Amino acid sequence: MSVSGPTVESNMRDLIAASRPAPNLHRSPLELRALKSGILTALTWIGALLASVPLFSVIYELVVAGGSRLNWETLTALPPSAFETGGGFGNAIVGTLVMVGIATLISVPLGILAAVQLAILDPDSKLTHTVRFLAKVLTGFPSILAGVFVYAVMVVTMKTYSALAGGVALAVLMLPTVVLAAEQAMSMVPKKMKDAAYGIGCTRTQVILKVVLPTGAPGILTGVMLAVAGAAGNSAPLLFTALFSNYYMSSLTEPTASLAILIFNFSGMPYDNQIELAWAASLVLVLIVLVFNVLARLVGRQKY
Amino acid sequence: MNAHSEMKVAAEVAAPASLGIVMNCQLEKVFYGDFLAVRNSVVPIEKNKITGFIGPSGCGKSTVLRSLNRMNDLIPIFRFEGKVTYHGQDIYDKKVDPVVLRRYIGMVFQQPNPFAMSIYDNVAFGLRLNGFKGDMDERVEKALHGAAIWNEVKDKLKNSGLSLSGGQQQRLCIARAIATEPDVLLMDEPCSALDPIATRRVEELMIELKEKYTIALVTHNMQQAMRVADTTAFFGVDISQGSRTGYLVEMGPTKKIFEEPEQQLTREYVRGEFS
Amino acid sequence: MDRGFRGIAWASAAFILVLVVYIIFEIGGKALPAMSQYGLGFLTSTTWNVQTEQFGILPQIWGTLYSSLLALILGGVFGIAIAIFLTQDFLHSGLAAVFRTIIEMLAAIPSVVFGLWGIYVLIPLLRPVADWLHGSLGFVPFFGTSLSGPGLAPAALVLAIMILPTVASISVDSLRQIPYKVKEAAYGMGTTRWEAILKVMLPTASSGILAALVLGFGRALGETMALAMLIGNANQISLSLFAPANTLAALLASSFPEAGPVEVRALMYAALALLAITLIVNAVGLAVMKFATRKFEAER
Repeated sequence: MSVSGPTVESNMRDLIAASRPAPNLHRSPLELRALKSGILTALTWIGALLASVPLFSVIYELVVAGGSRLNWETLTALPPSAFETGGGFGNAIVGTLVMVGIATLISVPLGILAAVQLAILDPDSKLTHTVRFLAKVLTGFPSILAGVFVYAVMVVTMKTYSALAGGVALAVLMLPTVVLAAEQAMSMVPKKMKDAAYGIGCTRTQVILKVVLPTGAPGILTGVMLAVAGAAGNSAPLLFTALFSNYYMSSLTEPTASLAILIFNFSGMPYDNQIELAWAASLVLVLIVLVFNVLARLVGRQKY
Repeated sequence: MNAHSEMKVAAEVAAPASLGIVMNCQLEKVFYGDFLAVRNSVVPIEKNKITGFIGPSGCGKSTVLRSLNRMNDLIPIFRFEGKVTYHGQDIYDKKVDPVVLRRYIGMVFQQPNPFAMSIYDNVAFGLRLNGFKGDMDERVEKALHGAAIWNEVKDKLKNSGLSLSGGQQQRLCIARAIATEPDVLLMDEPCSALDPIATRRVEELMIELKEKYTIALVTHNMQQAMRVADTTAFFGVDISQGSRTGYLVEMGPTKKIFEEPEQQLTREYVRGEFS
Repeated sequence: MDRGFRGIAWASAAFILVLVVYIIFEIGGKALPAMSQYGLGFLTSTTWNVQTEQFGILPQIWGTLYSSLLALILGGVFGIAIAIFLTQDFLHSGLAAVFRTIIEMLAAIPSVVFGLWGIYVLIPLLRPVADWLHGSLGFVPFFGTSLSGPGLAPAALVLAIMILPTVASISVDSLRQIPYKVKEAAYGMGTTRWEAILKVMLPTASSGILAALVLGFGRALGETMALAMLIGNANQISLSLFAPANTLAALLASSFPEAGPVEVRALMYAALALLAITLIVNAVGLAVMKFATRKFEAER
């Protein structure tokens, strides 16, 4: 078959085709193509609603099953043992807050400093590219392996489970998020601002401390909040590092309770009391996570 | 005579005995939200001619062009008051499906926008969409010939459409648009993103294409209108009501618009006194 | 002072590199004794018996891959559908923001809470459906056993719910990157809305969506708590959706706290296997994503 351009025959065919009868432009929803489109749209709506169901179901359970048990005793008392009634998880709340606090204290300065290196000081070096790639890979790091790692490094050497180890494990998981968010925030600071500061005669450190960090603060804080929210809910690493305790913590180097581990332990028990407490603890945990998520969004909205 | 009958007379003057008017745009008001973008314009489009739309920026020429195939429907706040008749039917009638309409009225855009697929698949896209069962290879080749790009791509039909140069991409988009042999081809500043040589090739192409297709062309380049358009519609901007509203000032054979325009505003524009 | 600060910054960045290397080194190192003792047979053996000191992780590898694959299919389809729903003009921008928030909240719920919900809400809901399926279609291997409690199905379902936000958000970004003129070209050719989506938008965003799926898969592989609570911790291989199973992460979570030294060594080997799988999948996902963004930048 070879068509080497328009021929007389094809021209004639075209002229005849050009004088077509007036086309029918009317919409026919039953026509196959329109029908397919309509069905797919309906399916998509159904899919979207289906996807929302788990969230609402979880929220419902939290509020109903957890909320009914939420009172002062629950928030302050110690976990009950097998056949006891009453009790609470005050020590778990404290444990969670302390360990998340430790994790934040470790990962935030470290993460911001590293981000400074990546975003400002040497954005194109091999080290920077490698570290950036590794940070991204680390965001998908299984949380349980962070626990295994810190177990091998700290628990074994210290010969005890500890809140400190738990905090370090959470820090390992928070670090990539903090670094990437901080780097992103810092690289968005306009060059003009930095140039102005250099022009006045600031050293690189001063430019960073006085211009880049304050300007990028909202973005950095958002990242930190999100990382904290993620860490608070993370239970797997604590299994091997902080284990659990039925008492309030008295030092950083002993097994420590946490909300996440409490939920995990209680969920498998056949006692109603413990199950109720598990739901209440879930509610508290989700509220903590929610608070940080909302804070992250509020902070992020303030552009400089 | 009131404005309405003036417009009707203007339409008849602009399109006397000819092969016929394929589309007649009788625009009363066009809104983007609360903003009145264009008012009172009657623009007949004649068969197998190139109708050029010219005018300063903000005069609404692109808006009017896009109203002809209901592309403006993609913008939620757009509202069209008036009629656009195509083969006797008002395309803005509620029963009309814009999807069907666009199979008869094709469009080429300012920025070349080939799909992220092979050159062959780009051209075959419209044919496949409409369930074409015949010899696809033949139609694709014919369209690429029609867009004067066959010789440059015949050996690399499987390459991505995005691998071509800007001018070639635009000709590919033209091939894609004519593959389904639409009635009317709307071209919205098709050369503005191209270099002068590519521009010239596309202009030559337009003159070839008008033998088979009816073309409406928006251009900000007056010389281009002088070179290719048979009929020219000049749009102006009305700032008398406080905002910038476009409207049709004058329409007629290109030679007349550029050499002996009737309206003062037209005269000033074609003499380059404003742009 | 300036140099000191810059030195600390450099050290922090280098620390991350050192950390990753250290992690691999440490887990690998702790796994070495088990590796030399059990060799590659560890990966193919199916017994996990502390008394006889026979360890093998094939059932767990199977469980990890099978559950993640099921989760990917379900979570992937829904995630992409939601991404389309959010980006292709189906909703007013206000409603779209609300829906986006719903998806983000879904991502914020901790794994343990999903596990708890799975046990007390999902499994009871699932049981009648599973029993019906097993009763009438039991000859199909997927429905071969009955759902006594925890099992693959509830675990995979919860896993799908958990990776859905990941897939959705990366796909949304990918679809948003498509220049407006491509959408114009599609509609200009006379496509219906879904023809434009399926024939133009999705193919154009295909590399980004692929990256979303790979990264979602990676997340599923590493997920621990919800799985440990829902999958049944049975070291067996079965095609049945309702049979209990086990994953590498769940194995670690449930066995570690009470493991003696011998078992711990074997668990370290399992940890290394999990590390290898997740690192590779995540690295591949990132590479695909980089390729996807580069494709658009080259075109401008």
